Amino acid sequence: MSFAPVYFDWNATTPLEPLVRDAMLPWLGASETVRFGNASSRHDYGRQARAAIDEARARVATAVGAHPTEVIFTSGGSEANNLFVKGAAACLKPGMLAFSAIEHPCVREPAYQLRRTGWTLKEIAVDAQGVIDGEDWQQTLLARPTLVSVMLANNETGVVQDIARLAAEARASGAWFHTDAVQALGKLELDFRALGVSAMTLSAHKIGGPLGAGALVLDKRVELAPLIAGGGQERGLRSGTENVAAIVGFGVACERAVARRESESQRLAQLRAELEDQLLAQGAVVFARAAERLPNTVFFAFDNIDGETLVAKLDRAGFACASGSACSSAQPEPSHTLLAMGVDPLLARGAVRVSLGRDSTAQELSRFVGVLARVVDDLNKLASIAV
Amino acid sequence: MAYSDKVLDHYENPRNVGSFAKDDEGVATGMVGAPACGDVMKLQIKVGRDGVIEDAKFKTYGCGSAIASSSLVTEWVKGKTIDQALDIKNTQIAEELALPPVKIHCSILAEDAIKAAVADYRKKQQA
Amino acid sequence: MLKFPIYLDYSATTPVDPRVAAKMIPWLTEHFGNPASRSHAYGWDAEQAVEDAREQVAALVNADAKEIIWTSGATESNNLAIKGAAHFYQGKGKHLITLKTEHKAVLDTVRELEREGFEATYLDVKENGLVDLEVLKAAIRPDTILVSVMFVNNEVGVVQPIAEIGEICRDKGVIFHVDAAQATGKVDIDLAQLKVDLMSFSAHKTYGPKGVGALYVRRKPRVRLEAQMHGGGHERGMRSGTLAPHQIVGMGEAFRLAREEMASENVRVRALRDKLLNGLTELEATFVNGDTEQRVPHNLNISFAYVEGESLIMAVKDIAVSSGSACTSASLEPSYVLRALGRNDELAHSSIRFSIGRFTTEEEVDFTIDLLHKKIHKLRELSPLWDMYKEGIDLDTVQWAAH
Repeated sequence: MSFAPVYFDWNATTPLEPLVRDAMLPWLGASETVRFGNASSRHDYGRQARAAIDEARARVATAVGAHPTEVIFTSGGSEANNLFVKGAAACLKPGMLAFSAIEHPCVREPAYQLRRTGWTLKEIAVDAQGVIDGEDWQQTLLARPTLVSVMLANNETGVVQDIARLAAEARASGAWFHTDAVQALGKLELDFRALGVSAMTLSAHKIGGPLGAGALVLDKRVELAPLIAGGGQERGLRSGTENVAAIVGFGVACERAVARRESESQRLAQLRAELEDQLLAQGAVVFARAAERLPNTVFFAFDNIDGETLVAKLDRAGFACASGSACSSAQPEPSHTLLAMGVDPLLARGAVRVSLGRDSTAQELSRFVGVLARVVDDLNKLASIAV
Repeated sequence: MAYSDKVLDHYENPRNVGSFAKDDEGVATGMVGAPACGDVMKLQIKVGRDGVIEDAKFKTYGCGSAIASSSLVTEWVKGKTIDQALDIKNTQIAEELALPPVKIHCSILAEDAIKAAVADYRKKQQA
Repeated sequence: MLKFPIYLDYSATTPVDPRVAAKMIPWLTEHFGNPASRSHAYGWDAEQAVEDAREQVAALVNADAKEIIWTSGATESNNLAIKGAAHFYQGKGKHLITLKTEHKAVLDTVRELEREGFEATYLDVKENGLVDLEVLKAAIRPDTILVSVMFVNNEVGVVQPIAEIGEICRDKGVIFHVDAAQATGKVDIDLAQLKVDLMSFSAHKTYGPKGVGALYVRRKPRVRLEAQMHGGGHERGMRSGTLAPHQIVGMGEAFRLAREEMASENVRVRALRDKLLNGLTELEATFVNGDTEQRVPHNLNISFAYVEGESLIMAVKDIAVSSGSACTSASLEPSYVLRALGRNDELAHSSIRFSIGRFTTEEEVDFTIDLLHKKIHKLRELSPLWDMYKEGIDLDTVQWAAH
């Protein structure tokens, strides 16, 4: 990269924190002390790796108020979501799986797979603000699902669901309740017990940790079939030689993210509020503005301006934003989340996501607001010429 | 496996390793265990005319705990009468060596080795 | 200067080569994009790096980069290959064939499929650890859809006749999967020649990082798989999940180095292995496990008779070795691989796998030979079985007291 654009895509991935990197380097053979054992080996090298993984497991558990033995390390959030959906379903008689209409594809796609084994699916509707629709939720419970998955905070809109209540009601009606908390970790207070969920997905790279590590935090009463067999690591629920470096990084990242969460959330909420005032003044629509949202996320659109085009222009002007969630941005369709909220597809096509993080500053945002006004103005002029 | 210091000491410096000529006067041999089980202990005692064990030697094919258990037993039986030797219980051996639960069978085997040696002694006496 | 314990467990995992680490570091610092981010340079850069690494991995095995799918490691690759192919082709038949000496990642996966209603044949191997081709041929049925055989065995290092098995499978129209986790950088792999449909790779066995692997999926003739991880549609829909560029870049560089240095490295490793082999077989009653010719030079697996396995491992604490596959060594079960080679439990228990690698020195090998001589001697002095052997007693005829 010849230049360093301002990074406003922290919900897609985050730069690695220096302290996290330092903890990882020995395990990547890139420091004075080299560590490299296979954690299954019984000699010193193996025991060091095992000890490092145990320490990381304790850190992750502490960060979310769980017991270390409830933490199953995976290669990332996608795998953890797949593990829950496919793994729990494999141990149950085919029944109904309910999931919100705004879930990430790595919950929706494995869910669609279950249909072949006799499962029925129920998509739980959200209201215009992207919050689980109360009436549809009651309908869902009446249908007696055996598995329910609702994400804690949405990656695009940042909307936060009342997971504690949903989980309690779902559990009371006999379902195992899973929440994808990938976007919530480090941004909201997260307590596995207080939430009362049966399982929760976490990811390292959204909180200053490395790509390649995630976890499913799992209530041990939930029986799960592994997605990856052979070797018996992670209590037999996830085989394969452990990625020690990434797991160590995940542990440190959790500790750091939780430690700065409160002050950082306040700071980002302040920045976001100022940004939104400016966006509204420029005539943008901010999605889910009335809902409780993550403090770092703004999802907005301008009438008659294509989101892809706007994001490309912003990129050229030195700001890295997203036009949708990273995983689906290869597809030309408008945001699944916005459509579920009943947003006009034309307006949804204009959606741009700005997501902030620990390096984001007020100066960057004020520059951004200026550039955005200019770019939008240019695009509007182009549009009027075209008409 | 984390071994206790006592196990490690007996393993590193086993006491009374060796054999007596098995037909010498007063020598009796007890061999217990099986290779397929992972332990074979051979305990030999040399008993004086007064019925006191004057000397003891062992050889063991087995894990560190098995080696330590048999090494310890050779120390304990020396100077005891054969009846006193029979009073040595596996729990005492396990306690002395702080054996973990998965290694208790080593102490049982050591107790069995004493019994087998004494039985051999009595058989020879009767002959 | 020797550093203790001396690492002779390269088959369990290898240290990351410093040159590999150097390539990875930038991806942990200034480059941090999600390769799936299509809207900015952070994402494009990461995507480019991922594609470059794909070329490097493909080059080592003479494949097309489009045939390489990233995974989290060989275990996932094995799961994806076997379950993915079995599920996709189950309309053609439900019978699978593998070897009793495969890695758990293959065996456990096949067992899982058996629970789903597939049928499996686990073939015996010959005493040298190699598959009998006639036995394999005879095992293939009209409803056989997949054969899975590892290239190089992780415990005994024997090299299976992959080319011949490939011919048999292609001839019979059966999908052929090969676990090559232990083979990369040790044996030549030419997928333009080999009739292999699916091949699993691992980075951390070849001086790359843990947490990344790949699956080769042949395009001509095309092999189809059912994805095991869904959502997001990464890796042409065969494996969803955000890719970790630093790990992938590391695997690419590790495989590039393997390709460049394999020939010279094998010569050096072979010389060290031969020295170790000659030094250790000077000891009486020692047995090499697995074929001595059809074997990678990196592996030496020896049973020391009349010495008990656990006390042996205790005695050689100054060297880091494995007494079974790394994945099963937490249990006290004798190695199922050695049992499949016909070794009895005692000899299986008293075996040591020495695996030599890029950073092994002659001094380390000398120390190891000396250490084993001393310790084996000491343990045999302690062993009643050794006495009996020396007295000429056949231990198999002894009536052991039941215990």
